[in-house]
Amino acid sequence: MATQRISGSEAVIKSLLEEGVDTIFGYPGGAIMPIYDALYDYDQQVTHYLTRHEQGAIHAAEGYAKVTGKVGVCFATSGPGATNLITGLADALIDSIPLVCITGQVASPLLGTDAFQESDVMGITMPVTKWNYQITSADEIPEAIAKAFHIAHTGRPGPVLIDIAKDAQFGQFDFEYKKCTKIRSYLPEHPVDPFQVKAAADLINNAKKPIVLFGHGVILAHAEDEFKEFLEKTGIPAAWTLLGLSALPSNHPLNVGMLGMHGNYGPNIKTNEADVVISIGMRFDDRVTGKVAAYARQAKIVHLEIDPAEINKIIKADAPVLGNAKKSLRMLIDNVNPNTHTAWLEEFHVCDKIEYDKVISHDVYPKKIGLTMGEVVRIASEKTNNDAILVTDVGQQQMIASRYFKFNQSRSNVTSGGLGTMGYGLPAAMGAKIGRPNREVFAMVGDGGFQMTIQELGTISQYEIGVKVIVLNNNFLGMVRQWQQLFFEKRYSFTEMKNPDFVGIAKAYGLASQKVTSRDQLEGAIQEMIDHKGPYVLEVVVEQEDNVFPMIPTGASISDIILEP
Amino acid sequence: MKQEYIITVFSENHIGLLSRITIIFTRRKINIDSLTVSESAIAGIFKFTIVINETADRIQKVVGQLEKVVDVLKVFANTNDEMIYQEIALYKVSTEFLFESDKVEKIVRNSGARILELTREYVVIEKTGHSDETQHLFDELNVFGVTQFIRSGRVALTRSTIERLSEFLRERDALLEQVD
Ligand SMILES: Cc1ncc(C[n+]2csc(CCOP(=O)(O)OP(=O)(O)O)c2C)c(N)n1
Ligand SMILES: [Mg+2]
Repeated sequence: MATQRISGSEAVIKSLLEEGVDTIFGYPGGAIMPIYDALYDYDQQVTHYLTRHEQGAIHAAEGYAKVTGKVGVCFATSGPGATNLITGLADALIDSIPLVCITGQVASPLLGTDAFQESDVMGITMPVTKWNYQITSADEIPEAIAKAFHIAHTGRPGPVLIDIAKDAQFGQFDFEYKKCTKIRSYLPEHPVDPFQVKAAADLINNAKKPIVLFGHGVILAHAEDEFKEFLEKTGIPAAWTLLGLSALPSNHPLNVGMLGMHGNYGPNIKTNEADVVISIGMRFDDRVTGKVAAYARQAKIVHLEIDPAEINKIIKADAPVLGNAKKSLRMLIDNVNPNTHTAWLEEFHVCDKIEYDKVISHDVYPKKIGLTMGEVVRIASEKTNNDAILVTDVGQQQMIASRYFKFNQSRSNVTSGGLGTMGYGLPAAMGAKIGRPNREVFAMVGDGGFQMTIQELGTISQYEIGVKVIVLNNNFLGMVRQWQQLFFEKRYSFTEMKNPDFVGIAKAYGLASQKVTSRDQLEGAIQEMIDHKGPYVLEVVVEQEDNVFPMIPTGASISDIILEP
Repeated sequence: MKQEYIITVFSENHIGLLSRITIIFTRRKINIDSLTVSESAIAGIFKFTIVINETADRIQKVVGQLEKVVDVLKVFANTNDEMIYQEIALYKVSTEFLFESDKVEKIVRNSGARILELTREYVVIEKTGHSDETQHLFDELNVFGVTQFIRSGRVALTRSTIERLSEFLRERDALLEQVD
């Protein structure tokens, strides 16, 4: 390839183009101005979205990455621009989201001098990135960016940050781009060991009451087809973690529901009755396991996992299978016997019935006067034939939406799992809609979380990003209030909110909006929102003091899941 | 049960790597008792020798986290009896004690230490050994008064003939070939 003498800034844009980037979320400032100036000439090849806060930019990049499977890219300036990315970096690291973030930095002679808007971005971002690198000379740019993309999206994905000093952005050099495919110190994934697969298959083939627990790893490895094939061959019931949601269609006969604190009754108690637990691409988070000492003690554990540090971290694996889930499952399918577990599956259905009568029916077909979050979720899902993308914020609305929204397609659930980042929903939904413009994208947010990044309505308005925002307004920091009610004697310490007129705010941003307070308006309003071309904000006033059940209280065993207060 | 472990981290020589490594300990609130950084027998590859006091279970998890660091090649954790290790200690004592009696000289000779520098005012003594040995010498000398003292981080080698990493690098190359 012929080389060209160009500036570092232009090299940044050209490198991104080489990596197939066509979408960037960001916010300019002094130290990244040369890069923004270079970007100005490339508006045919890349679309840049100016968010209203850098946190909005990085969550949008996360939402974009989740639905597309591509690397999300965001730009921010030095100092406060970079520090505003921290929450998003931490979120992407814990949820394994591939991101490349580029921050401007003061000129290299000023590093460490407390110059204007200088902060130790390398030091600050180290604990919240998979890898970070500072560039002080233009000619480092192509190689560093190539490495960044390789690291971000291979193996267990994660966020990478490249900090570029201003003088490096100005520097001229001969540009040449070579993709990075190999780093000596970095083994993205272990080749799958046939002996490990054999040991896992033996346990699976001899199991009488096996259960599969699946997580984000299935989606990240693009292993949905293999996963389904494995389930259908073995007939094993499968339950999902919050981030595994949508990897298996909701109506699949072997899909037995959600694990964990607010998950379904069956998969929780049955995990403690199974003889073999097969976990695939999940990491036994404490929200899933409850009390670890009382978790699946009776079972043999098979653990398919790409990250060696996750094996035996929380739960000891009897048959670990290290490697990419797609490849592991492919090999596992060839080693397992066709089977059915009809009687065992029936036990889950019995649990479903109990949960339906005690909890679900009241949530999604309530008889009381006040609206419930559950019915809103059910209607939104039904009216889009379970084909929409669901983006949630954090709190009660997140748990209710995850429980009751139904999915036909993978990569359709976008939520902040590991970090539980309030304020994630709205910007992540923007990114999701930009990544999948032809799909309906719902942002289900609480009145609290909505207000943490509400300014992104400005971005939505400016670029006419057709997100359908449903604000489930209970006038409370509902999830915290629920805990106060259940565990702190109803002492509602600073969880009640005086909220603004959300419809007024949406309208001020030039967005269509409506408020619903009663059941007879609900279906019509949701239909109207869906029929509306372009973004829409629907506020639904729901019961103030509804609780999310079932629930595994913190520190309790999953067997002690409670169905009602 | 907690015991002393020697963790050896082999890595590329990149700026900031020391921080990336130490924050893994900080995050779990593990104190680093000693740290030595040096080049290994393989050119360009650095070696961090870290001594900590921990349980086997926590060590295993820390090793997993360390190996996740992109620029880290390989991490080994060993108990003391699995390695040959030494620390170096320097002691400064006022010269007058050396001439008052032969006690100081005897202590130095019996402990296998040596005198590095002798001036009118002070004498610098050097001893290599395990920390209990260098500590023992400190206690003996401190009867007279040790005015300055320093103990180095631990240096440690395995009992195998070659650098453990050589074998690892060969395997790694083969693994990288297998993964597309
Ligand atoms: C940034 C951040 N701060 C605080 C919390 C703790 N928290 C978890 S849920 C919740 C309440 C959320 O309230 P709201 O957005 O109204 O949703 P609801 O639970 O009412 O549906 C809070 C404060 C958090 N998860 N994230
Ligand atoms: Mg609320």
